[in-house]
Formats: sequence, structure tokens, C-alpha cells
Amino acid sequence: MLLLALDTATPAVTAALHDGSRVLAAAGEVDARRHGELLLPAVDRVLAEAGRKLADVTGIVAGVGPGPYTGLRVGLVTATAFGAALDVPVHGLCSLDGLAYASGLTEPFVVATDARRKEVYWARYADARTRLTEPAVDRPADLADEVAGVPAVGAGALLYDTVFTGVRRDGPEHQSAAALAELAAAKLAAGEELLPPRPLYLRRPDAQVPANYKVVTPK
Amino acid sequence: MADSRGGPLVLGIETSCDETGVGIVRGHTLLADAVASSVDEHARFGGVVPEVASRAHLEAMVPTIQRALKEAGVAASDLDGIAVTAGPGLAGALLVGVSAAKAYAYALGKPLYGVNHLASHICVDQLEHGPLPEPTMALLVSGGHSSLLLAPDITSDVRPLGSTIDDAAGEAFDKVARVLNLGFPGGPVIDRYAREGDPEAIRFPRGLTGPRDAAYDFSFSGLKTAVARWIEAKRAAGEEVPVADVSASFQEAVVDVLTRKAVRACKDSGVDHLMIGGGVAANSRLRAMAERRCEDAGIRLRVPRPKLCTDNGAMVAALGAEMVARNRPASAWDLSADSSLPVTEPHVPDPHAHDHGHGGHGGHDHDHFHELSKDNLYS
Ligand SMILES: [Zn+2]
Repeated sequence: MLLLALDTATPAVTAALHDGSRVLAAAGEVDARRHGELLLPAVDRVLAEAGRKLADVTGIVAGVGPGPYTGLRVGLVTATAFGAALDVPVHGLCSLDGLAYASGLTEPFVVATDARRKEVYWARYADARTRLTEPAVDRPADLADEVAGVPAVGAGALLYDTVFTGVRRDGPEHQSAAALAELAAAKLAAGEELLPPRPLYLRRPDAQVPANYKVVTPK
Repeated sequence: MADSRGGPLVLGIETSCDETGVGIVRGHTLLADAVASSVDEHARFGGVVPEVASRAHLEAMVPTIQRALKEAGVAASDLDGIAVTAGPGLAGALLVGVSAAKAYAYALGKPLYGVNHLASHICVDQLEHGPLPEPTMALLVSGGHSSLLLAPDITSDVRPLGSTIDDAAGEAFDKVARVLNLGFPGGPVIDRYAREGDPEAIRFPRGLTGPRDAAYDFSFSGLKTAVARWIEAKRAAGEEVPVADVSASFQEAVVDVLTRKAVRACKDSGVDHLMIGGGVAANSRLRAMAERRCEDAGIRLRVPRPKLCTDNGAMVAALGAEMVARNRPASAWDLSADSSLPVTEPHVPDPHAHDHGHGGHGGHDHDHFHELSKDNLYS
């Protein structure tokens, strides 16, 4: 088994290779504006570091978000194109689950990432491996009562630490494909179903239906 | 690399606007042209909504590639390269195609060619009429662009002579169609109504045709406003709007300016061929008037079939195949999607590779893509 994991749902552009028992290599950078440029070189680096070829990969794992759309799509289209070109399965995982897994927490907590526009993507977990709620997008202030004092990880929790007052500063801030790969390997080994590699946008596209055309003749 | 089979086998991906296009060519021969369009999803907005387009590209991307490979009856492993529109276009939409192209090229071990959308619109004519004459004069007209381009070498030397200073020609069609309540997109429906109308019924203004105006630039904003005013005046007077006459007269004004300037550019530059591409090249009146005026001026007209004029993957594959045939350097794995890629850059070579074919012709004005924004969609 050789899993290639990648995630571009957050500012982290991250890739990792996992052989079913351990992470062989991981690479990535945090740059919210260069997902398209950084992903392929990151994949190339992890393969080179592990001394493997893409053709050796037996499965692809992609973070499906939620995340700002433009970046999110880079990882998903790359993963599905790899899957089609290599004829290997492509699995999706909620990107928040990768951060949760990386936290290693054994108590209830929340994961929050930056959704921009003064909102966060977030979900509740019973422990690092068990999500309790569907991922959602909300304004931090609307969550204040729910998350006050609850342990929290992720860049969204750090950004709004007056709301996420239980934020763990030592917890994972950014997504890592290594954690995503480990979680996927564990789930696959346990015979669990993963998600299809389809984006979790959680918001409708920005587009207003224009009102009747503007009258140009001065009144 | 032009081999005994008839040239390089290249797959091209186009996602600069609302069509997910994947084409496969062998040299100058079209093998497959698969397109998935999200145009219906944009219709109720009266224009292309970038995020709606990007989401549709992601859904359609891989299935459209698979469909093209099947249609062409070739194995991906036989490809000599993968080409993709690197720009200009809608940033988020371009990024889906660029990412997919990189992944396929990397997985298959094939060179990647990030190419220019406008140069691709010109190069597609090789699939219809054989090798492009050098130089080629091209008039590109669509919802996103209205440009006159002179291309001594489509892979390395494309020079902008003029372009629209406000709306693209296709946008003017969309806006006039909206004022007439004819829906979106406006080009085909106005063309249809115009056939029943009198092109001389109303004398609408011809923008930038005065003696002191830029000879090769276009302006369609004033025309659009004049048409809207004329219609409003009719409505205010309680009279019925003669949709066919308005359509025919408006279309006549657009087509008159486009063909007049294109023929003049050919004459001024001593070029005896004119290529017309872009979605508006499907307009029947544009084709007819261009034919007549070119014939009168002794210019040979080359217009590809309508399906190759609108955005498609075959045009990208055609330019990619030419890049391979002329040994142009491939693009790097960190190739960017560049929403305002200048027309003077027919492709985006790896900056670290040695480019032996590139001429020193910098310094032209950048022909930036007329990106659709709320302002020009809804105003
Ligand atoms: Zn176009």
C-alpha cells in the first residue's frame, strides 16, 4: 500500500506519502495565494524524498474541505486527475478531521479554520478520531456560548481566541497531509468508508440575480 | 517531433471561462473535441458568474478528459504533451484546468505546455484550413475579447494591433439582448432575429471610426447605450419595439466596424490573409460581410467552423502541438494560472529552460483579458 495524501483546503499546501504503516515523507508550505504553484512541486518532493514514483501509488487521499474554494479545488482536481491517470482510487477526508487527528486529544474539543469574511469553518469532536457534528461555517461571535472554555485547535481558533477561549496554543495550527494520510490509513485498515473526493463548500456561490436592467435614459 | 503519423499527439485543456473543453489533436488533425458547458447555470444571472463556472469546471474536468481520450481512441500514454490555457481568463476557472493538466502530465511523464488563450483561438484554424500563413492577421471577437492581432509566429511572436477600450463585442450582444428581454447569451438570438430585420432601419453609431480615432481599437459601450436609449424611447412613447430591426441594425453596426478595421489592418500591414475566431465569429452577418469585404480587398478569409470558434480544448491542443513541433520549451511544474497573461506571450516556458525560438519583441501593451465583474455584468 502506498497512499499519496494532499490537502489545499486551508493556507497550508501539503502532501505526504504513507506506506500503510508509517509516513515516508511529507512536504508543504503555508501560502494562501499560491496553492496552484506549490502543490505539484510538493508532491514531487515527497516522492523524491521517499525514493518512490507516482506510478507506485495505490491510492490518493484528498482533503475535501471545508475551505476557501479556489485553493480547495486545486487539491481536489489534482487528486482526481492523478486517480484517473494512474487508475487508482481517490478518497476524500474532511480537512478538519486531519487537524483533529493531529491534535491527539482524548477529550471533547473543537477544530476551527479560517473561513475568511470574518467566519470560521468548524466542527466538534469527542476525541482526535471521532467527529460529532457536520462541519459548519459560522461567525465566531455566534459560537461564543458553545465553545467558551472548550479545548480548540486550528488557525481559526487562534485567530478568534477571545471566542475560542480554550484554544490550545501547542495544538496543530495548520493542516498536515501527514496527519491526513495517517488517519486515512487507519480508517482504510479498519474497513471504514471514506468520502468521495467532492468539495465541501458550505456556502452558495456569490452571485446575485441582477434586477431588471438599469435604465440608461436620464429621468 | 512531427513524425510519420502526422505530427505530435497533444491533449489540450481549456477552462478560462464557462466551457470545460478538452481536445486532442495530432498535428493539424482534430481527433476529439469534448466540451461541457455551464452556460445554462449562468443564464439566470445574465452573465458568467466566476464561482459558478469554477465549480462546474471541477465537476466536469476529469470526466471530460476521459471522454476526449475515448472519442479520440488514443491511450493517454501515447500523448506527446499536455497543453492547457494558462491565461488570460477567470483566475479561479483557469486554476482548475492548469491543476488538472499538471497532474495528468506529471502522472503520465509528459511535458506540460501552458499556452495563451488568444493565441489558441488563432491556432485552431490549422485544424480547419491547414498551416497558418506567416504572418497571420487575426480578428478575435467573443464575450471576453475583441482584438486585432498580427502573428508572424503563433508559437513565439503575437503582436496586438488593437483591442476594445470598453466592452467586448460579445458583451454588447449580451447586453442588448438583455434590454430586449431575449435572454443570455445574446449572440445567437440576436443573429436569429436580425435575419428577419432591416439592418438599415436604424443608424446606430460606429465607435472609434473617426479620422483621429485609433485605427485598430474598438469601442462598443457607446453603441450599447445608444441601442438601449432608442428602445427606451420607443417604450416610453408606448410604441412596440421592432425587435428584428433593432437586432439587425445593432448587429450591422458591430459587424461593420469589426470588418472595416480588420480589412484595414490587413491592407496596412500587407497581409493577404484574415483569420476570424472567437464566439462572435459564429455570427452569420459577420461571416457574410467579412467574406464580401475580404473578397473586394483581395484578402483570403479563414474562419473555422462555429464549434471551433467558441472556447474549446481543441484550440489549446492545436497550439500545444505546434509548440511540440517547433521544439518550444515546456512549462515548469509551478506554472501559474495568469488571469491577465499578455497576448505577447503565446506560451509560458519554464523560466529556467533555454528558449531558442523566442524573439525579442517585448514592450507591447498588455492586452489584458476583459474579466467579467459585477460592474460590467450588471450595469
Ligand atoms: Zn475565448
